[in-house]
Amino acid sequence: MFITPLFFTILVTLISGILSKSVELTFELPDNSVECFYQEIEQSTSASLEYQVITGGQYDVDVKVEGPNQQIIYHKKKMQYDSHPFTAQYTGVYKVCFSNEFSTFSHKLIYMELNVGPEQPLPGIGEHATVLTQLETSADEIHSALNRIIDHQTHHRLREAQGRKAAEYLNERVFWWSTFETIAIICVAFLQVLVLKNFFSDRPSLYNKM
Amino acid sequence: MKLINVCPLVILVFILDLVSALYFHIAEGERKCFIEEIPDDTTVIVNYKVELFDPRSGGFMPSSPGIGMHVEVRDPNDRVVLSRVYSSEGMISFTSATPGEHTLCMYSNSTSWFSGSQLRVHLDIQVGEHAVDYANVAQKDKLSELQLRIRQLLDQVHQITKEQSYQRHREERFRMTSESTNSRVLWWSLLQSAVLLSIGYWQMRHLKSFFEAKKLV
Repeated sequence: MFITPLFFTILVTLISGILSKSVELTFELPDNSVECFYQEIEQSTSASLEYQVITGGQYDVDVKVEGPNQQIIYHKKKMQYDSHPFTAQYTGVYKVCFSNEFSTFSHKLIYMELNVGPEQPLPGIGEHATVLTQLETSADEIHSALNRIIDHQTHHRLREAQGRKAAEYLNERVFWWSTFETIAIICVAFLQVLVLKNFFSDRPSLYNKM
Repeated sequence: MKLINVCPLVILVFILDLVSALYFHIAEGERKCFIEEIPDDTTVIVNYKVELFDPRSGGFMPSSPGIGMHVEVRDPNDRVVLSRVYSSEGMISFTSATPGEHTLCMYSNSTSWFSGSQLRVHLDIQVGEHAVDYANVAQKDKLSELQLRIRQLLDQVHQITKEQSYQRHREERFRMTSESTNSRVLWWSLLQSAVLLSIGYWQMRHLKSFFEAKKLV
């Protein structure tokens, strides 16, 4: 009576521990800093890392994935976006680091997605031993197609965010620069007249002493 | 009887699950923020668990009752949606009212005893369709496998639709920004020409009258 649910729990936990872990994070990476995330992965589980720089500087970042024995799985410098699938060779803690150490003043916004293992199946599905009906197979196919659509949508959303942020920044800069230049023109105009008048005035001043 | 048994089990599975989630380290009192860009009416579920570094054993204590996490969620207009102190482990969920960038910030409530030490934060954020617990749905609505799958497909399609209408909204904003830049550049260049011309004219007139007064011409 009591043992069965307990066993069930342990089983489910074990299964869900091995199966899917997917997390998406968007975070700010200050200048000159490193941000690391850790994830425990079981042996021979497939995993994939996807990232994209949304704003900041030249839209680049150094990315490094390290295995449990400090072996380097993936190391690329000044990347804008990439996705890297890999299979865990050992059970242990895998480390994903984003580094902005080469940049001294631009802080960045980074999107990261880490998928571990295949997608967790719906409860009930996969338990029955009979062959899937055509309807079930189609439903499965639609499901994976929709998942792909969502992934692509995310990519486009980030691209759009990149463009929009750049446009907003440009707009702001245009505004401030034009304000500054208008003030500069007016100041220079008055200064020119004052200096020129000084050249011809009878009173000794700084300019006609030279 | 069976139903009663299963409910705590689901929760238990959830908590045990979290131990294998992604984690990162922060210093005591350090603020860590994450941004979630989501359409409106989207549910976000955040699971977290904090562990305190134990200098004696050199590891992390699995449960640290003295630690609390301050969690703050702000909507795109910088209004506070949620701001509370939670215990070292918790689940937060909120539903967005306005589309846009929601900021989620976490920091530990600093107690002088622990200050300077390191914290390990396990974090799991699920958005939209991913946040739905289908095991629960299946039980509550008594759905068959296929019905459940169709439910999931529907949820996905809903999410895509919401995302797309949000995309349109953002595209509109993007276009407005670009048009604003364009008109600012245009008007400012016209204004600058006018200012330059009028200032040049004023300089000439002013200097001419000055030279005439000084009898230089």
